[in-house]
Amino acid sequence: MDSEGVRTDPQLQQFIETESQKQRFQQLVHQMTEVCWEKCMDKPGPKLDSRTEVCFINCVERFIDTSQFILNRLEQTQKTRDSFSETITD
Amino acid sequence: MDSFGSDFSSGSGTGKMDTGAIMEQVKVQIAVANAQELLQRMTDKCFKKCIGKPGSTLDNSEQKCIAMCMDRYMDAWNTISRAYNSRLQRERARM
Repeated sequence: MDSEGVRTDPQLQQFIETESQKQRFQQLVHQMTEVCWEKCMDKPGPKLDSRTEVCFINCVERFIDTSQFILNRLEQTQKTRDSFSETITD
Repeated sequence: MDSFGSDFSSGSGTGKMDTGAIMEQVKVQIAVANAQELLQRMTDKCFKKCIGKPGSTLDNSEQKCIAMCMDRYMDAWNTISRAYNSRLQRERARM
């Protein structure tokens, strides 16, 4: 591909950027719905009861907390283990 | 679905494809992918909830269960989407 062909349309670039962001959001919603459904839903009833709804909301919050906690902790352990990780990754 | 592939190749054949047309096609593709994702996960979950032991037919009570399960799965999806969105808003406000 020549450089002319690679040069991207800024409008298209912006579009791809926002659509990718929307897609990451949607993908995580799919994933969390699946996880939280297992945690919160008993037998599906004629309507969503408030107890289950609260469970879903808490489930989302704690899922994100968990993800952030793990990320932070991995970062911390990476820092303290820097001398070791060098030998591990090599 | 196959229209994307054929449109795309005919577009690149002429060397150029209108940006608006590309965006339109991408949007359709994303919508289809999301619908498929939802359908697959919903089928999985509702099969698990409603079909205890697969019988010779999908009986009436199973059908009722599946119908309710679908509605509740959509409720769950929407609730979670809202909760996630408000979490993102809060985190953005903190920054």
